[in-house]
Amino acid sequence: MEIPLSYYLCLSVVLFVVGVAGVLTRRNAIVVFMCIELMLNSVNLTLIAFSSFLGSITGQALVFFAMAVAAAEAAVGLAIVIAIYRNKRTVDIDKINILKW
Amino acid sequence: MSDHLLNDLSLFAPETAITLTLVAAILADLIFRRTPLVVAALVLAGFVVTGLLLLGQTGVNASIFTGMIAVDSFAVFFKTIVVLAGILVVVFSMESGELNSPGRKLGEYYALLCAAALGMMLMAGASNLLMMYIAIELSSLSSYLLSGYTREAPDSSEASLKYLIYGAVSSGLMLYGISLMYGLSGSLDLRAINRALPQVLSGGGAASFTLLIAGVLALAGFGYKISAVPFHFWTPDVYEGAPITITAFLSVASKAGGFAMMIRFFKVTFIDAGAVALPAGTWATLQGFHWVDLVAILAVLSMTIGNLVAVWQNNLKRLLAYSSIAHAGYMLTGVVVLSNQGLAAIMVYFGVYLFMNLGAFYCVMLIADKTGSEDIDEYKGIGGRSPFLAVALAVFLVSLTGLPPTAGFIGKLYLFAALINSGWTWLAIVAALNSVIALYYYVRVFRNMFLRTEEPSSPGITLSWLQNAALVVLLVPTLLLGLYFTPLVQLAQASVRLFGTP
Repeated sequence: MEIPLSYYLCLSVVLFVVGVAGVLTRRNAIVVFMCIELMLNSVNLTLIAFSSFLGSITGQALVFFAMAVAAAEAAVGLAIVIAIYRNKRTVDIDKINILKW
Repeated sequence: MSDHLLNDLSLFAPETAITLTLVAAILADLIFRRTPLVVAALVLAGFVVTGLLLLGQTGVNASIFTGMIAVDSFAVFFKTIVVLAGILVVVFSMESGELNSPGRKLGEYYALLCAAALGMMLMAGASNLLMMYIAIELSSLSSYLLSGYTREAPDSSEASLKYLIYGAVSSGLMLYGISLMYGLSGSLDLRAINRALPQVLSGGGAASFTLLIAGVLALAGFGYKISAVPFHFWTPDVYEGAPITITAFLSVASKAGGFAMMIRFFKVTFIDAGAVALPAGTWATLQGFHWVDLVAILAVLSMTIGNLVAVWQNNLKRLLAYSSIAHAGYMLTGVVVLSNQGLAAIMVYFGVYLFMNLGAFYCVMLIADKTGSEDIDEYKGIGGRSPFLAVALAVFLVSLTGLPPTAGFIGKLYLFAALINSGWTWLAIVAALNSVIALYYYVRVFRNMFLRTEEPSSPGITLSWLQNAALVVLLVPTLLLGLYFTPLVQLAQASVRLFGTP
């Protein structure tokens, strides 16, 4: 039995919303990055589902690039988190608040 | 086939030049560790060569690498803005006391500056959603690192963390929009999407609703790059925390890349190519997807919120951040009018914005290097102590307000004319009222500089000949373009042509 496209799309919407909700509510910078990865991966799922459904490979090509970019983003992100930890001894976003208004 | 590729590569020469500069900067950093000026000079030369190669591309109208990148006069104009900003920012960086503190290695800084510029140049030309995503990420990743470059300063590392989180979320949103658009049209190429959309939209309510969501999500990515409200939250923090040279670069080059990409995206993808009976040089939106209203709302919000919040700022860098949000709003009004006149007005605005905004940030940098503060209260009496610097800053701020006889007036004049010509009078009125608010907070700076006196102990600020020369280079266009603006306007009007549009 073939799984219809809408199942994949619904799953990816759920994952995406979980990711966005995590970014908005979590306070630890590392967990926020994990939620961002979740958003990107849900997009990858959408792209692969569409690509398979439409029978075109451009979507899958975009997935490869998105994964590479996500890896680079994680590397840069963790480097910045380390820099901030050295300055402030915390990665809690609520305590990273010198700059406001 | 190989002939094709060679021809494409020759049209890709400016980007290749900046990439080679990037590699050369990394290598030179290994050899000349003790003298950062060598790397700076090398990168400066690389930017100049890139600029010369761009000059050779005037009038080209082609699409290279199987439709990935368009090389047209529109892209070349915005790439030139990015390269000019790059040249000036390298000069600023050579002079910056903040960056040239003992023990800091600057090789990577210049290499990352090249990478960011490369990303922004690709943004200006990208005509495929895949290329757009890569270009946006290349420029963003380099900008995150650059804004946290003085990493021992707590506000700098905080700025880069905030920039990274906002950037990653908005590029995630944009990627989701891209995936929906791919699902609807089956393609990532902008022109192919444009051809597929009429049929998709005729499918009914669900399809056009999905397209609306995809458009809004994509707008989140562009809005973040050009720092338009409500995607602007990173702007003040990053502008305040980042080294001033990087703030200046982001405020001009990043915005130029973002605007170029956004205009190309909307003009190529969401325009009714089959519309008939339109006056020359104007376009119509697709039936069933009225993105113009969305952009108009963004423009009004950006202008109003940017200007109103700027009134409360005491840090001049942060004030300029809010003013740059407001300027993004002014420029967005040029997108709304759907005509070549509006596009030309945006380009004229960018041409003058380049000089006046970089100039303002340069003055802030020179003063902050000496006084150690960007607080407006610390500007008391600077007009008496260092008259040339104070007058220069005043000219740049008057120009940012948009008063004659400076270049900023010409930029606003063309935008307002485009708005009124196409019947968006209410938007022109909102923009004009906003300029009045802007005058209020800039006048505060003038008053502190010229009308208040400070404690007699403060020393004057003496500038080196290079700093004076850089100031003059920025001042002359800011004043000259206010009086003799025909060449810039003609250049902008000749550059509105996008590849693949009539």
